[in-house]
Amino acid sequence: MISARRPTPAVTVVLGVMCVVALLSSYSFGRGEPSSGAQADKGLASIHAFASVASVLTSPRCLNCHIPGDSPLQGNQQTPHTMNVKRGSDGRGTPAMRCTNCHQEQNSREAHGPPGAPGWRLPPPSMRLAWRGLSVADICRAVKDPSRNGGKSLPQLIEHVRDDRFVNWAWNPGPHRSVPPLSHDDFVASVTEWIQTGAACPGD
Amino acid sequence: MRETTVFVNGEARVTDADPTTPLLWVLRDTFGLTGTKYGCGIGQCGACTVILDGDAVRSCQATLRRAAGKQVTTIEGLSRDGSHPVQHAWLEEQVPQCGYCQSGQILAAVVLLASNANPTDADINEAMSGNLCRCGTYHRIRRAVHRAAELAHAGAQKP
Repeated sequence: MISARRPTPAVTVVLGVMCVVALLSSYSFGRGEPSSGAQADKGLASIHAFASVASVLTSPRCLNCHIPGDSPLQGNQQTPHTMNVKRGSDGRGTPAMRCTNCHQEQNSREAHGPPGAPGWRLPPPSMRLAWRGLSVADICRAVKDPSRNGGKSLPQLIEHVRDDRFVNWAWNPGPHRSVPPLSHDDFVASVTEWIQTGAACPGD
Repeated sequence: MRETTVFVNGEARVTDADPTTPLLWVLRDTFGLTGTKYGCGIGQCGACTVILDGDAVRSCQATLRRAAGKQVTTIEGLSRDGSHPVQHAWLEEQVPQCGYCQSGQILAAVVLLASNANPTDADINEAMSGNLCRCGTYHRIRRAVHRAAELAHAGAQKP
């Protein structure tokens, strides 16, 4: 049976010293390497930031075209794209069915017309960037892997999500289309935090 | 008003229409080329298809600004005398019923054959899926595309 006695003053002092030493040892000083405890905190912060990033990447505005197959989806219900649209050899559709035959550089001004943004396309078959069906951890690994993300470094990923007009379209998708759950500013901030805290992924 | 030049059927055409005007209305109302049809107006049916720099673009969605300085081919410009192999094939197979969608169908077929001289049925189905025909002439369209490919091979004219 465990005793519920109060510790003696001597034991209290020893425990206090041990706690201070442990606490100090968990922080780095000057130009020293971060301790494993600080790294763990940073890793957790990074994974937490990516959870926010993933909430955007798994929204219909992204997942409708970041697909493993060749037939894109459409709408908030993520139904197969009408007209038998296919990815094509360059991600921009097939002959006579190019994406930009209908999708212009801006949203259609007619209700139920096609949305539009500069460079409307799917990823090419050689670099599918297929997140649909992946776990958050696998999306995370795919996003930061230059061999699977279009050759982008981590800093280039920040520029991409901040400046690319096609990415920005997700927050101006036209009527009847939901926007991602974060604002664009918060999304860029989350991507930046994820990268600056080590670009950690769940399960790493 | 700012002027815009579009090369329509090989001829430079100038208009002071608002650059955000759908190309369809510039072709029909400004240039008088009424072979291009208004169908759904939302890029869903393909009746308004024209060839814009080689692509089968929906002119109800593309603006005049997009066509500025570019080559546009409408059904009127495919040939002066109906001698284009796709037009020949359409006549041979008696494709149209009401005819309303056919200018868009023909121009989509021309774009397909320009990149694929020997399309399979699957290729044709895929390429023509964006052009709807409420008369249901799809079987004749498919036959006519095959026939146009044969005619082109025979050397009449490259589609």
